[in-house]
Amino acid sequence: MKSRSQEQSLSDSRELDRSHDPLTGSVADEGELSTVCYRPEGLDRLVQQTNFSKKELQILYRGFKNECPSGVVNEETFKSIYSQFFPQGDSSTYAHFLFDAFDTQNNGTVSFEDFVVSLSIILRGSTADKLGWAFNLYDINKDGCITREEMTDIMNSIYDMMGKYTYPCIKDSDAKEHVDNFFQKMDKNKDGVVTIDEFLETCQKDENIMQSMMMFDNVI
Amino acid sequence: MAAGVAAWLPFARAAAIGWMPVANLPMPVAPAEKNKRQDELIVLNVSGRRFQTWKNTLDRYPDTLLGSSEKEFFYNEETKEYFFDRDPDVFRCVLNFYRTGKLHYPRYECISSYDDELSFFGIVPEIIGDCCYEEYKDRKRENAERLMDDQEDNKDAKLPNMTFRETMWRAFENPHTSTMALVFYYVTGFFIAVSVITNVVETVPCGSAPNQKEVPCGERYTVAFFCMDTACVMIFTVEYLMRLFAAPSRYRFMRSVMSIIDVVAILPYYIGLVMTDNEDVSGAFVTLRVFRVFRIFKFSRHSQGLRILGYTLKSCASELGFLLFSLTMAIIIFATVMFYAEKGSSSSKFTSIPASFWYTIVTMTTLGYGDMVPKTIAGKIFGSICSLSGVLVIALPVPVIVSNFSRIYHQNQRADKRRAQKKARLARIRITKTGSSGPFIHGKRNGLFNEALELTGSNEEEQHLSKSTSLIESQHHHLLHCLEKTTNHEFVDEQYYQQSYLEAGLQNYPSRSPSLSSQDGVTGTCCTRRSKKRHTPLPNASGPAHMQPLSHTHTQGLQELSTIHIQPLSTSRSSLNMRVDEQAPLNCQGSQITTAIISIPTPPVTTPEGDAHLPTGPTHQNVVKVSAL
Repeated sequence: MKSRSQEQSLSDSRELDRSHDPLTGSVADEGELSTVCYRPEGLDRLVQQTNFSKKELQILYRGFKNECPSGVVNEETFKSIYSQFFPQGDSSTYAHFLFDAFDTQNNGTVSFEDFVVSLSIILRGSTADKLGWAFNLYDINKDGCITREEMTDIMNSIYDMMGKYTYPCIKDSDAKEHVDNFFQKMDKNKDGVVTIDEFLETCQKDENIMQSMMMFDNVI
Repeated sequence: MAAGVAAWLPFARAAAIGWMPVANLPMPVAPAEKNKRQDELIVLNVSGRRFQTWKNTLDRYPDTLLGSSEKEFFYNEETKEYFFDRDPDVFRCVLNFYRTGKLHYPRYECISSYDDELSFFGIVPEIIGDCCYEEYKDRKRENAERLMDDQEDNKDAKLPNMTFRETMWRAFENPHTSTMALVFYYVTGFFIAVSVITNVVETVPCGSAPNQKEVPCGERYTVAFFCMDTACVMIFTVEYLMRLFAAPSRYRFMRSVMSIIDVVAILPYYIGLVMTDNEDVSGAFVTLRVFRVFRIFKFSRHSQGLRILGYTLKSCASELGFLLFSLTMAIIIFATVMFYAEKGSSSSKFTSIPASFWYTIVTMTTLGYGDMVPKTIAGKIFGSICSLSGVLVIALPVPVIVSNFSRIYHQNQRADKRRAQKKARLARIRITKTGSSGPFIHGKRNGLFNEALELTGSNEEEQHLSKSTSLIESQHHHLLHCLEKTTNHEFVDEQYYQQSYLEAGLQNYPSRSPSLSSQDGVTGTCCTRRSKKRHTPLPNASGPAHMQPLSHTHTQGLQELSTIHIQPLSTSRSSLNMRVDEQAPLNCQGSQITTAIISIPTPPVTTPEGDAHLPTGPTHQNVVKVSAL
């Protein structure tokens, strides 16, 4: 009897400071840290999977591990890292699209392997691969074609990164114009969507784009 | 940009691939990494303790000693390491700053030695992370106060040129500064005491004349007391006027609590002087004398403890309010119960509920005068319940309030500290934030020279100029540049943005330069105040025109436009409003008001690279839409 009443008073006090949920009976720990620690596969396997050398992978991993000691990046961290490079604008939307493009396994986190595989495509892949990756970035729902809405979203997110203080001022119609421009250039059969073939074809014919694609090759 | 994030710059640059297919303009050239060395280890020998780190880690902060070429002064050729004759314990914190981007302040460290080390290594203490910042600031403040105290002891000699007014104020505020101040302090204290005692003694019955009843002393020695009162009030008035004269900000002084107390203390006397011997108001006059007791509050200038008490009461107002409220609730409940319980009994003192309030209060505070007692059984039962609960109701909140006193008191002090620090910190953060975008915008102006030189191929000057920004910075700037190209807009700083907004708001096109082609019937002002956020600025001219020199052929059209601009820059906001309003009716009269497109044949000069690209890239039509009012 006594023990039960003691238990009762204990649970009442727990209820009061809200660490005990009477509905589910579970105790909410406040201090439970996530002890998830993800380690990538061996260095050699990664060298095989990507076009990076061992040294480059080492440098990449050191930077990666510094910001994400747990071994995986979640979207929040990703956004906060990316936003530090664009202090003037709001880069969270574009970072979200980037995250989706990097998260090839669609599990909400980007591990080092995902990270490095995508980087390998961007930096060491053929131009067709790079363009394919860019296409994948624009294709938000990954259905193989870019609709006008998807492109508008992407464009808006890019313009958001500029922020408020620009010259000339960013108008609402700027992004729309840009999207119209893009579709005019890319959408050959005028069906309102841009498929991967149209995209590749147009980009490979455009000198500027081909040149700029190769600009970041020696980034690592 | 934080340190660790610098390691992600390659990733951010790689992700810029995503902009390339949508960009309409060609991208700027990437900064060349001339000598791309492999990452190497650096050995730092600090008083014998060796620290090793990557060179890249140190390069993250190029404006510190370790990140710049200044460390070459400490390079030891024989041992191939950098030797610093400094404290290795503090150096640990310094090096961790490079590694993690966060500067910590160890509690066991002396504040001045820590500051010395930081200034030696060229690190600004404001970077200290939130976890340690408060501690650091507290210690620093304590240290500064200690220094100030030391200084003040040998600073009591008068400062050479303090005005008489300032001397007086100083004497009033701090009685220890001079003997005169001390004398004044004691004299006023004495007179306050005298005045209070006089008020008290006034009402004591003195010995009676043989055939009269006892009268209070005040009425017996009216003249004497009046003289005493007058003297005190004169002293107080003079003191108040002197304080008012010496106060640095008279308005603020008059609003302060102490001065209000002073005024309330002396006012009854003057009011009494004015309304003399008027029968009707003598009642009010008597009431006014009550206010003379407020003179006792003047002691709070003399007593620090009284001030603290007043302050804590003020800050505990909500708790006191709650105590009062709960007491009131209990009083009303019990008074009602007692009234109805005692209603039956004859000759009961509980004539009404408000009458029972008195009983309840006396009982709950365990006073128990006994002038009202319940007689019925029910009344006695409820009465006892009342007194028992009274103990609880009063005893429970009181410790809470007492602990609240000390907690709130200390918390208030700390909160004020933090608030003051926060404002300053936010300002500093803002400065460093504009500092991070500032160098980019600043660097753009220099960028013209860099890129022009690159194109013409003069290597030496280019190297000289690029030395000033680190590789990481130039890469970051290049990244931002690519974004500008993609969206065909430029980053500008806030000031410039406001400026261009103002100018654009003023724009109308009374005179056209011949280089602009326009369609007929366009008379609108470029930007109405209604469409605040998005507006079309004048093409290209004012922005870069004063940013850098342009080649002569292109300045022709631009110069005329820029002369139009010089005027608006100097107008004030009010005239701006006037102008727009003036123009409005004019515009409405035009019959063919249509939106029109002005296409400007001059090549784009939005970017500093305009000149560089002109010989190579195609001219790009700049389209500006102008909407009429």
